[in-house]
Amino acid sequence: MIYAIASGKGGTGKTTVTASLAALWDRPVMAVDLDVEEPNLHLFLHPELTGEEPALMEVPEVDTTRCTLCGQCAAFCQFKALSVMGKKLLIFPEMCHGCGGCLLLCPEKALSPGGRELGQIVSGSFRTDHLSSGRPEDAPFLMGRLRVGEAMSPPLMRQVKARLPESGATDILIDSPPGVSCPAVNAVMDADVIVLVTEPTPFGLHDFRLAVEAFRPLGKPLGAVINRADINRRAGISDTGVQDFCRAEGIPVWAEIPFNRAVAEAYSRGEVVARAVPELRAVILALMAHMQGAAAASKPEEADHA
Amino acid sequence: MTGIIAVTSESPGMESMVDPRFGRAAGFVVVDLATMEISYVDNGGSQAMAQGAGIQAAENVARAGAGVVLSGFVGPKAFQALAAGDIRVIQDVEGMTVGQAVDKYKRGELTIADAPNAPAGGHPGGGSKG
Ligand code: SF4
Ligand code: SF4
Repeated sequence: MIYAIASGKGGTGKTTVTASLAALWDRPVMAVDLDVEEPNLHLFLHPELTGEEPALMEVPEVDTTRCTLCGQCAAFCQFKALSVMGKKLLIFPEMCHGCGGCLLLCPEKALSPGGRELGQIVSGSFRTDHLSSGRPEDAPFLMGRLRVGEAMSPPLMRQVKARLPESGATDILIDSPPGVSCPAVNAVMDADVIVLVTEPTPFGLHDFRLAVEAFRPLGKPLGAVINRADINRRAGISDTGVQDFCRAEGIPVWAEIPFNRAVAEAYSRGEVVARAVPELRAVILALMAHMQGAAAASKPEEADHA
Repeated sequence: MTGIIAVTSESPGMESMVDPRFGRAAGFVVVDLATMEISYVDNGGSQAMAQGAGIQAAENVARAGAGVVLSGFVGPKAFQALAAGDIRVIQDVEGMTVGQAVDKYKRGELTIADAPNAPAGGHPGGGSKG
């Protein structure tokens, strides 16, 4: 089963939740950071990183001795990465989406695939608390990291996702990019269950609503995690907007994570908060049970085999 | 003075204002300096593009046969495309009509740019010169 942990905006604590789940998960698990523009799951899980490979995208290179400047490739490319100007075929690699269409289409076979580095795929393993053999287990970790200056994250994300089946893990936890744009949808697309992390504030509700609108059409089980759930009570404000919205929309609230000094300190030290703060451990374990339950309910056959 | 010049323009005709954007200009007034014959090339297709508007606009200028472009802000990709097409670029032309811009050019008051003056993505850069 694949679980995507997402949020309508950054800074809601999505990564903290993912790290806590990964550390406490009670089945063979893999933790994947698909927030490739700003990966930071490793800052909490402290995996031992053992591999790093460049992720390349095939952009065309032209053999000028063969090119007749017929312009067919340029007319085909919907991203305007190719243009015939004067006596030259211009290639703008940073605009190419790597669809490969022009390579197939050129009647002179003048185009060949070249590589543009999208970023790196980093792999390793981290320690979970799961005691299957009486000892903590190592679990695989995978992270995509977009090259600085590279604008296109979905092609890199696709390459990271292509590696997921190799892991052999029963469950995969994906730290998804924040927001509701193309990369965010790309990350949750293949998930069996979506966890949406939000905060009980008007801004949190606004972005949460957008995320629900963007992700619900995917038809996957979806649950909410309200992070810093007690900030209103502490501030003496009554704001139950997120809870009310969930109730009205029929979205289950799977966890309400309190915020306090101990949580903030664990966070700032780069620790898994569910390990450092005992009261959070129970909250995260309950969240895990909800997630696994939602996955099993959506795919009863698979759950039987697991 | 001979040659064909293209001026980014908000609408057809010499009285139209120069459109300071190159890639996302509404259109080009194309002037044949030998005959002072005027035509208009619509650039609306580029305006609607998610990316590559500057390149598309450069192709439109090349197709019109122009050897010189007068505009406000030309981004790096468009500049590269225009250079490949041997089209010279004059930037920082704004706040005047197409006719005034053409006159300035004919009097030799405008200089050919050797580098783009707008960042990628075609934002006008808040009107700063340079
Ligand atoms: S299709 Fe091939 S021959 Fe035609 S312009 Fe493109 S690269 Fe050149
Ligand atoms: S691979 Fe696709 S996107 Fe890239 S230049 Fe060719 S046609 Fe355009």
